[in-house]
Amino acid sequence: MKAPKQQKGNTKNLWLRIRRNWGLYLLLLPAVILLICFTYRPMYGVLIAFKEYRPADGIWGSAWSTPWYKHFKKFFDSYQFVNTIKNTLTITLYSLLVFPIPIILALCINQMKSGRFKKIFQTVTYMPHFISTVVMVGLITLLLSPGSGVFGAICNVLGLEAPNLMGKAGAFKHLYVWSDVWQHAGWDSIIYIAALSGIDPSLYEAATVDGATKMQKIKYIDIPMLIPTAVIMLILRMGGLLGLGFEKVYLMQNDLNLVSSEVISTYVYKIGVINTQYSYSAAINLFSTIVNFILLLSVNKISKRISENSLW
Amino acid sequence: MSENRKKKDNRIRSGRPDEIFQMLLYLTAIIILVIVLYPLYFVVIASFSDPSAVGGGQVWLLPKGFTLDGYKELFRHDEIWTGYANTILYTAVGTLVGLIVNLFAAYALSRKDLVGRKFFNFMFIFTMFFNGGLIPTFLTIKDFNLYNTFAVMVLPFSVSVYNIIVARTFFQNSIPSDLNDAAKIDGCGNLGYFFKIVLPLSKAIISVIALWTAVGMWNSYFNALIYLKDASRYPLQLILRNILITNNLQMSFGSGEAMQIALRLSNLMRYSVIIVSTVPIMCLYPFVQKYFNKGVMIGAVKG
Repeated sequence: MKAPKQQKGNTKNLWLRIRRNWGLYLLLLPAVILLICFTYRPMYGVLIAFKEYRPADGIWGSAWSTPWYKHFKKFFDSYQFVNTIKNTLTITLYSLLVFPIPIILALCINQMKSGRFKKIFQTVTYMPHFISTVVMVGLITLLLSPGSGVFGAICNVLGLEAPNLMGKAGAFKHLYVWSDVWQHAGWDSIIYIAALSGIDPSLYEAATVDGATKMQKIKYIDIPMLIPTAVIMLILRMGGLLGLGFEKVYLMQNDLNLVSSEVISTYVYKIGVINTQYSYSAAINLFSTIVNFILLLSVNKISKRISENSLW
Repeated sequence: MSENRKKKDNRIRSGRPDEIFQMLLYLTAIIILVIVLYPLYFVVIASFSDPSAVGGGQVWLLPKGFTLDGYKELFRHDEIWTGYANTILYTAVGTLVGLIVNLFAAYALSRKDLVGRKFFNFMFIFTMFFNGGLIPTFLTIKDFNLYNTFAVMVLPFSVSVYNIIVARTFFQNSIPSDLNDAAKIDGCGNLGYFFKIVLPLSKAIISVIALWTAVGMWNSYFNALIYLKDASRYPLQLILRNILITNNLQMSFGSGEAMQIALRLSNLMRYSVIIVSTVPIMCLYPFVQKYFNKGVMIGAVKG
């Protein structure tokens, strides 16, 4: 007899707590509605990956594929499967290799005496981040063009014939990754600078008393303090191994480098938006999202076990 | 006495390894500065130089054959200015929408007494790692009749979970919860408290989120590429893509010589269009810089 009564009391209490905070729900409402409409509803739309989607029939009304994995199988069997996955992985893993650069930059900035130079250095290294992807790729194209760019001019001075780097399949990944470093390393270092600024100064003082050199302080104080942040950033990156962004790759693509520049996201775009094979495109997309999701969960789990750093 | 001792200590501390370290540090920093700045500087001087001098590799440190033709040429292309106007509109409205949606949600989620907080947190964070993908989203936009509208550029994708997390952390850590208790006693409701007390105390995070959103809006072309059809609605970046990358610029060619000139001009114009499109958004940064460090530090430490 007692239990239900208490439960009733709890429910009433809950209602009271909700009603008292109605203002908060009002604040939450716009974001929740947008999320439901434009993020969760498309999740229902992934059903078309298992269907023969026809716009006239709608998502639910379209016939199921037979067998249900038809579009997935088509992708696994196509020659683009190995190619797009290989390209995507090459570029993302390469990007992972340059992952320490922002950390090193942050360590350097942290060692500078605060003053004019430090300020200028930070502002300058942040600057390229504000350049748009379109302009960035335009810049690469302009500067590297063999006919009229700086690169061509340098080659001329050296008496070499300037290669057309943008048209070279082998050069694609290097151009992609290093232009990213140029553009974003400064900006990405902010989060590490923030972590470094949270270090208790007494640690340095104690190290100084013990006669530690600057290098030793970096090695034994700064780097260990950065590891938790770095691990979180790394986990997030791992979760995006197959989710390589569309914007920059698509812009850097041309017929000459397509062999090594066709990645999953650009292929999804071409199949879906340009060729309007909606179901097939959705299937490829779903495949990469699921692989990413599994990767993220497993990396997070491993990291939790080894280093006690985790996303949640 | 103690002053003297300190000096002596200092001398001991900065021994030889540290001096070498300091020198290497600043040397590296200067090299990095040159690597970052030179391409930007080059674009600036190239935009003022004679295009054949640029092509011939004669432009290194100063503009050669100073000319404003590249900038004049820009005025012949109406689509650039339409794109510019569109982008300003999208950026202004989109930033406002983004601020409202994300800051409001972030504040609600920062309150520990929000019933269902865990559920909502999950609902937001889940979308960072899983989504319906391009085509289902595209079909949704069509279903809502948002394809090729102004609204599609500013509304559907304005929720940024990352910004919400950063702002949430800020609200949790830098707005003392005693303030809320005091406000409650004074009969101030949640909304009144948020608008009258929390927001005025949150200038740092507001400027950071505004900057991030504005830069993102100004620079993105993806949504426009997918969801817009009419060229009259195109933002600047999509026009730039045509000029800088796909070269689809409409040009009326006369004789062979006229074509040569037009070609050179279009090359020159590329440099000037980069300047004209990038400088405004870069200029935004110094204005918010003073809030910036504070805002990012507070928001980012906990990720």
